[in-house]
Amino acid sequence: MNLIVCVKQVPNPEIPPSKFRIDSEAKRTIPPEGIAPVINPYDERAVELALRLKEKHGGKIMVVTLGDDVSGNVVKHALSMGADDGVVLTDPAFEGSDSFGIAYILTRAIQKIGSYDLILCGRQAADWDEGLVGSIIAENLSLPLMTLVVAIERIDKELKMKRVTLEGHQIFTLPIPSVVTVSQEVGRPRLPSGWGIISATKKKLPVWNAKDIGADLSQIGAKGARKRVMKLFLPERERRCEMVQGETAVEAAIKLAEKLREAGTI
Amino acid sequence: MTIFRGLLVCGEVVDGNITTITRELLNIGRKLRDALHQPLSTLLIGEKIEERAQEVISLGADKVYMVNGPIFMESSPDLYVGIITEVCKQMAPSIILFGHTEMGREVAPRLAVRLNSVVTMDCTDLSINPETKQLLQSKPVYGGNAIAIWISESKDPQIVTLRPRASMPAEPDVSRKGEMIPLGINIDHSMIKSKLLETVKEEVRGIKLEDAKVIIAGGGGIGGIEGFKSLEELAKVLRGTIGVTRVPCDEGWMPISLEIGQTGHIVTPNLYIAIGISGAPQHMAGCASSKCIVAINRDPEAQIFKEADFGVVGDYRQILPTLIEKCKDLIR
Repeated sequence: MNLIVCVKQVPNPEIPPSKFRIDSEAKRTIPPEGIAPVINPYDERAVELALRLKEKHGGKIMVVTLGDDVSGNVVKHALSMGADDGVVLTDPAFEGSDSFGIAYILTRAIQKIGSYDLILCGRQAADWDEGLVGSIIAENLSLPLMTLVVAIERIDKELKMKRVTLEGHQIFTLPIPSVVTVSQEVGRPRLPSGWGIISATKKKLPVWNAKDIGADLSQIGAKGARKRVMKLFLPERERRCEMVQGETAVEAAIKLAEKLREAGTI
Repeated sequence: MTIFRGLLVCGEVVDGNITTITRELLNIGRKLRDALHQPLSTLLIGEKIEERAQEVISLGADKVYMVNGPIFMESSPDLYVGIITEVCKQMAPSIILFGHTEMGREVAPRLAVRLNSVVTMDCTDLSINPETKQLLQSKPVYGGNAIAIWISESKDPQIVTLRPRASMPAEPDVSRKGEMIPLGINIDHSMIKSKLLETVKEEVRGIKLEDAKVIIAGGGGIGGIEGFKSLEELAKVLRGTIGVTRVPCDEGWMPISLEIGQTGHIVTPNLYIAIGISGAPQHMAGCASSKCIVAINRDPEAQIFKEADFGVVGDYRQILPTLIEKCKDLIR
């Protein structure tokens, strides 16, 4: 099977809120010092799911990312996990694109790659948390879509998929080719192997610009954006926390129960 | 050229009842209607929805569009998207509102492409700029670390999904009058590409998380499946239920159906006791609107203490047995 996985580089989402900074003038985040950006965790799970499919049914995995020069690192991460090939899409004309522009650029790149049985994306990116790109790619290509997928199996010419719901799960079948968005319940992605890291580091990634993919410039960049951020700010979320203390854990527990009773919450 | 006008709430009916998020959408929809002076409509799809249409009018809708039939989002999302697209093409509303539910998440992005318009997902507030009449779409980003206010660049209709519990539900007023309009939509079954084989609902023990008045939530600090026994005991005493963060799901200690947070359940209990939870914004997104938050954590520096009303620093293994006994004693 030929699989395409779309991945994105994001600021490490595990950074504590105290280290999170924004530039409200420029309406963007300030990268935390000394903490490197990572592959979007949802996309990493899409890579993991693609690898499981490849192990079972054979085939090749092509990883695509859109970003700056550094974002090749997230493609290399996917390669070190076991993906076969990758491409980086970068062009000043791409900057400022919204989710529709990003999905359009990825769609053009996928069309250039040409042959695929399944396209996998993370359910959302841990930066803007939109959850749009996978669905838009499917619509752009008029392909069947399944969201929040956690397991896939090929049966003849169809794909049997498990998707998570709030109350449990569902099993669907989709034709080939299709698009899926992958949810975190796939589980922990595998760690890159030593050999994987070595060969990924050596690999030279092709870089495609707007012209290479034949992008219509009116669809991309800040000019092509259908929406824009008017304001970016940090939420007021601090409550005044009353610390309940005691000489021992037992004493603290008793005090806490009493406090809750006084507050009328129990 | 199409002139887009009016607000359309895509309502949801579950087990014959209007869902809470639909009432929340109608509440915020009324606010937007008053600011824009445009009619507020609601779309209902499914079986026996006539009975619910009157209720939707009492909650503030001027018009209710009804697509009758055994059409369910869960079993055929493709068909559902197709029908809503047709309705929106006919109605040409300027703003389309969904809940950020399984339905909204599925339909809104695809609808935006099909209508060649724009969408903002998971908004927590919507308002109208009094001067420009633009729809201001507030949405948590970076896992809840920041809030962005988005505006659309003149691409009508503007589509949004609203996070559950972000708005108060509309209160009914039975004297309200409105119009009920059945719609005939050609259902083209060839648009169904994904076929449902099976739906599995995990049995909910006790109370549903969204309805719970008390939630005892555990995170990575619980350390294993064994530890949750004492949380369950406390939940039993306080007549509450159990919730979890991502880590216990990833580790396989607890089922993912109990996950609270940005990608799980959104809850607003009277009492939320967070045990062994660091307080990552992705989790807090699901519980920050709880009336009272109690944090029990070994790390005095944990973020959760900044967002709780009461905090105890310590090992839950030593605190919980006494807390359970004392609570039993106090609420007897």
